[in-house]
Amino acid sequence: MKEQKVLSVSAIQNGTVIDHIPAENLFKVISILNLENLSENKMTFGTNFISKRLGLKAIIKISDKFFEDIEIDKIALVAPHAKLNIIRDYTVVEKRKVSVPERIVAIAKCMNPKCVTNHQQVTTKFTVIDNNSKVDLKCNYCEKITDQEHLEII
Amino acid sequence: MKNKSLISIDDYTRDDYLEILRVAAEFEKKPVQNILEGVVVATLFFEPSTRTRLSFESAVSRLGGKIIGFTDAASSSVKKGESLKDTILTVSNYSDLIVMRHPLEGSARYASEVATVPVINAGDGANQHPTQCLLDLYSIQQTQGTLENLKISIVGDLKYGRTVHSLLMAMSNFNPTFNFIAPDELKVPEEYKRFLDLKNIKYEEHVDLAENILDSDIVYMTRVQRERFADPLEYEKVKNVYILNNEMLNGTKDNMKILHPLPRVNEIDEDVDENEKAYYFPQALNGVFTRQAIMTKILGLK
Repeated sequence: MKEQKVLSVSAIQNGTVIDHIPAENLFKVISILNLENLSENKMTFGTNFISKRLGLKAIIKISDKFFEDIEIDKIALVAPHAKLNIIRDYTVVEKRKVSVPERIVAIAKCMNPKCVTNHQQVTTKFTVIDNNSKVDLKCNYCEKITDQEHLEII
Repeated sequence: MKNKSLISIDDYTRDDYLEILRVAAEFEKKPVQNILEGVVVATLFFEPSTRTRLSFESAVSRLGGKIIGFTDAASSSVKKGESLKDTILTVSNYSDLIVMRHPLEGSARYASEVATVPVINAGDGANQHPTQCLLDLYSIQQTQGTLENLKISIVGDLKYGRTVHSLLMAMSNFNPTFNFIAPDELKVPEEYKRFLDLKNIKYEEHVDLAENILDSDIVYMTRVQRERFADPLEYEKVKNVYILNNEMLNGTKDNMKILHPLPRVNEIDEDVDENEKAYYFPQALNGVFTRQAIMTKILGLK
């Protein structure tokens, strides 16, 4: 009898599960959280799961990693509905939502082609403006608005 | 204001505006003084702007200060590929104050973060030009005796004109009624209307020029620029709609004055120049007094 092959994505003992990431933004989240440089932690990325709310969603499981709020809030730009499950000893001990920070530094690109940040080596800085539940970013330099539709992660 | 850069018109408060205007009036009475003796002002013009540069340099010269700098990027180290940061750090060593004009938007804010001396923004692309705005306020106060409760018509390119947006923000501290006169393609952007709504400032929007300036205290003219139009045909349709001529001034208020940030192309007929309601050339002179006030306040000498 042929053994059925099953890909096992095991539950993690300690760590963080980030759920409800829009599938198309999984790699942006990986990049914002700088996960490619975490060499010690076991990680599982799953994507294109059906989600009622998002259409297709992605999920990230990271062993032995716990994020600071300030770190995790950075992903609010690309995954505003993401939920974090903090796991200790196989049990969810805390659930957290991301919240959009007031200021965004060094993550997003200004959409104004004439902005100084697109021509000189300047770290981008934005003030977040809540525009009817959509996130607009006002550039601290050129003062122009970059809306969610045109948001590009550096 | 001391030691603080002036990059954007909202870096200053209502009280700051009034203080600048008070000092500017002092300089208007006595424009030649030795108050800037021993002071070096760097005027860094990464793109040419003869009018603004000469106004700053005249302001410094009449107060006994010295000027270093360049008049366009081609004659500076920028041409050799030097970064803005390096230019600003270097010039910080040589001067007490930097006045900068640059084609990139946000360049002045960046320069103020890098510089070890205060920076005055003399125009960063289409973004901000705060000294122009302050001289506009000064001109309004000089001609009307007050900034409060005025009816201000703004005509022409209200969509892209940076002087228009700054004027609107600054004047909103003084309970004005705005009358926006522009073609549909160049109307005031929604974000500014939202700002006015939040502050409960009254405004009307019109397309026709002549019949809508009769009750104005100030008529602020701007140029409709060809390069703003994606479709050249649209420009051809509107380019001659907003030309103010002497005949249109019949029936306007006695105290009404016409302002224009200059340069003018054809949007004010030359026959208006002789009319006592024309104020755009004295307005340019006011730029010298206003810039004297701004520089001496920032240097802590007033």
